[in-house]
Amino acid sequence: MSQTIRLILLRLRNDEREQSDGSLYSLYPHAIVVIMDLYHKDVVSIMDFSKDDIEGILDMAEKMVPYAKGEKIKRTLDGKILGNLFFEPSTRTKLSFESAAYRLGCDVIDVSEMSMTSMAKGETLADTIKIVDAYCDATVLRHPFEGAARLAAKFSEHPVINAGDGASSHPTQTLLDLFTMRRAKGSLDGLKITLVGDLKYGRTVHSLAQALTKFGMDITLVAPESLMMPKDIIDHLESCGSRPRIITDLEDAVSQSDVLYVTRIQRERFPDPSEYLKVAGTYRIDNALLAHGKSDLIVMHPLPRVNEIAPEVDSTPHAKYFEQAANGVPVRMALLNALLGGEL
Amino acid sequence: MANENPIKEVRLTPIRNGTVIDHIACGQALNVIKILGINENNIYSSISIGMHVSSATLGGWKDIVKIEDMELDSKTAEKIALIAPDATISIVRDFYVAEKYKVDLGERVIGLARCSNPNCITNKGEPIDTEFQVISRYPTQLRCCYCDRVLMNVSDNLL
Repeated sequence: MSQTIRLILLRLRNDEREQSDGSLYSLYPHAIVVIMDLYHKDVVSIMDFSKDDIEGILDMAEKMVPYAKGEKIKRTLDGKILGNLFFEPSTRTKLSFESAAYRLGCDVIDVSEMSMTSMAKGETLADTIKIVDAYCDATVLRHPFEGAARLAAKFSEHPVINAGDGASSHPTQTLLDLFTMRRAKGSLDGLKITLVGDLKYGRTVHSLAQALTKFGMDITLVAPESLMMPKDIIDHLESCGSRPRIITDLEDAVSQSDVLYVTRIQRERFPDPSEYLKVAGTYRIDNALLAHGKSDLIVMHPLPRVNEIAPEVDSTPHAKYFEQAANGVPVRMALLNALLGGEL
Repeated sequence: MANENPIKEVRLTPIRNGTVIDHIACGQALNVIKILGINENNIYSSISIGMHVSSATLGGWKDIVKIEDMELDSKTAEKIALIAPDATISIVRDFYVAEKYKVDLGERVIGLARCSNPNCITNKGEPIDTEFQVISRYPTQLRCCYCDRVLMNVSDNLL
């Protein structure tokens, strides 16, 4: 039954995209089944999701916006408990997961430092996850080691959500990035996007670049040579049919882009501080640079920023990074709702 | 001036009991020995190693290893497949080939190699086997199922 409804909705979404938000849900009151396929699924890598899965989450996130702002109230996850394990610093991801959970009536238990857990006594992550899994209905994990979320998913019966694992991936950031782009541009298909900054260690751009291939986006990469996107990720993009353009001239890239996605050069990821100093401040986005871009160019950044975007950009229509951070709440509400079987 | 005493071509001699690993990719014979864990302290029979031997099937050259009085288990054969995906293994008993099979590099490689990414969770003492997806056979390339790093230099990362 759910498969049938899912197929009907997807067909209608293709044929009647403009109606896909309001009228479809009124025609099919059980339309939530579109993303019920995600029930109890782990969210480790964006590549685990199909384009339809992603579109389904973004559609649901759209419906969550008034609830995320507190304009409407619905406690779809009343009685559920979310475990937030953040073993690396976080502001936006941690707080937006908490906000998303509370807005849906879900309680949150959390750990913010490895030193406050038995891991400080030598306990393995596998054991820690088994314990936390017994205390809650889903676990959100941020961890400094790549692959930590995949490991956690293996040892957990409930869903595990990757909130960033080392330099590897950050799939929920990707979902809110796509949501922000879709809201600003109307559609994701065929957009021209430039990724600039730390493309080597930046997990957000690794996940995002992989997701962009699902929407046929035209990708340009701009980074200092030592911070260019790893070859295996570029190879992977190419194997998905993308042909990323690699250039160093940011002005040229800006002039042709619909989206400029900026990342911070992350001091904490550099084994050698002197290597960081060589590349810090290589690219800076300011109004003079944006004057070369299209009038509807949007500038995004996963934040925090240091000095890669001048404050003068904040007040221009190009700036979408604060809205992007705010979008973390409805997107994570949609995800939690889908994973934990809430009904809206 | 013609050589009046030409050196006779030396061939690897047949073995009575043991294993012949043939059609090893050229240059990998010593890595096969490494996989077998053979050293001067744990082998009491003869080993013959042929390197850069002409081969019709590999289109030029191959390596070959013969070990007396040793039969390979399936895990060792899987490891050999990682560095020599075309290798054949013959188990010899009393000068006759009792079994012969081609090593098989499947879709997944579990617990045979370590991830080359030092920051991968599999290198941090967790109670898990490494796991890779085979993304290329010639040359062998593996993608870590945990951190997604592609392992290219497999022979340096065998467990």
